Amino acid sequence: MSEILKAGEKGPDFTLPCRAVEAAGDEEPTFSLKNMRGKNVVLAFYPADWSAVCGDQLALYNELLPMFAKQKAELFGISVDSEFSHEAFRESRGYKMTLLSDFEPKGEVSKKYGVYREKDGFSERALFVIDKDGVIRYSYVSPIDVNPGADQILKTLKEIQGEEKGEKENGK
Amino acid sequence: MANNENPTLTIPVGAEDHAEGSEKAAVTLVEYGDYECPHCETAYKIVKKIQKEMGDDLRFVFRNFPLQQSHPHAENAAEAAEIAAADGKFWEMHDALFENQNALDDESLKSYAEEIGLDAEKFGEDLQGGKFEEKVQADFMSGVESGVNGTPSFFINGVRFNGSFDYENLLEALENAES
Repeated sequence: MSEILKAGEKGPDFTLPCRAVEAAGDEEPTFSLKNMRGKNVVLAFYPADWSAVCGDQLALYNELLPMFAKQKAELFGISVDSEFSHEAFRESRGYKMTLLSDFEPKGEVSKKYGVYREKDGFSERALFVIDKDGVIRYSYVSPIDVNPGADQILKTLKEIQGEEKGEKENGK
Repeated sequence: MANNENPTLTIPVGAEDHAEGSEKAAVTLVEYGDYECPHCETAYKIVKKIQKEMGDDLRFVFRNFPLQQSHPHAENAAEAAEIAAADGKFWEMHDALFENQNALDDESLKSYAEEIGLDAEKFGEDLQGGKFEEKVQADFMSGVESGVNGTPSFFINGVRFNGSFDYENLLEALENAES
């Protein structure tokens, strides 16, 4: 498997569908990383909608969305499931975060980030925190059956906030 | 390395905690739990059995981790246990909540308060007033920062337990921590 991208590297840009098309012929709603400059982004790659551990992991992040917002960050889930699966999954669980579909070409973004499992055909359970300049500040692949929680995400976001505060004070 | 598969409690067990068993016990098991979570109800029975088995060798601590988005009654149930704790009846309420997991609306909470001998009126006021909301939220945040990744999450002598919490497995991990 290719290596996971590490802290300090630029997070490769990508564009993925983020919601199902409502009516045939409508343009597909998409998400582009480059449009998030100025904001911190948390990317949570996970193997599949509907499986037990992912459900717990996303349920936890769903609780923490206000705390991520407080740290000027937005969290996105990514898996190789289609946007239709994502939509049904979000609705059934009441998740409020946006889920991105790395569906076609399958796993392309996961591959860019070095977290695609070729032999399984889905993503690792991996986390990336990307700062407002698009630089990866934290990256982590969790054992596939272990929910990585949110402690390191929050820790990294707090560090970023701390630096920004420092920069502002120095700039005065 | 910052990456951490075995995170530890950021707030060690202390006087603020609800604990069963001796402070001198060789092993301390901390659970972050949610009264409306079915897995926590399963864990509740397993922990009871383990407490019986291990006796004085185990101290058990319960901290609140209500997943409000998934469980609409979890926050108030957690606050109910804290209100009971102020009268020294945390564990009575804790047990009542898990024994009656299917009925955790405010009226039911009030009836459990009465059953364990609390002043129902005062209980209702404290619940409505959110008297222990901050305490519950502080537990929740301490859990997130300690690497709680879902409910229940267990920590054995301060280190997150990643295994499955069936009786044999959890007991074995606790006994190993003892030696």
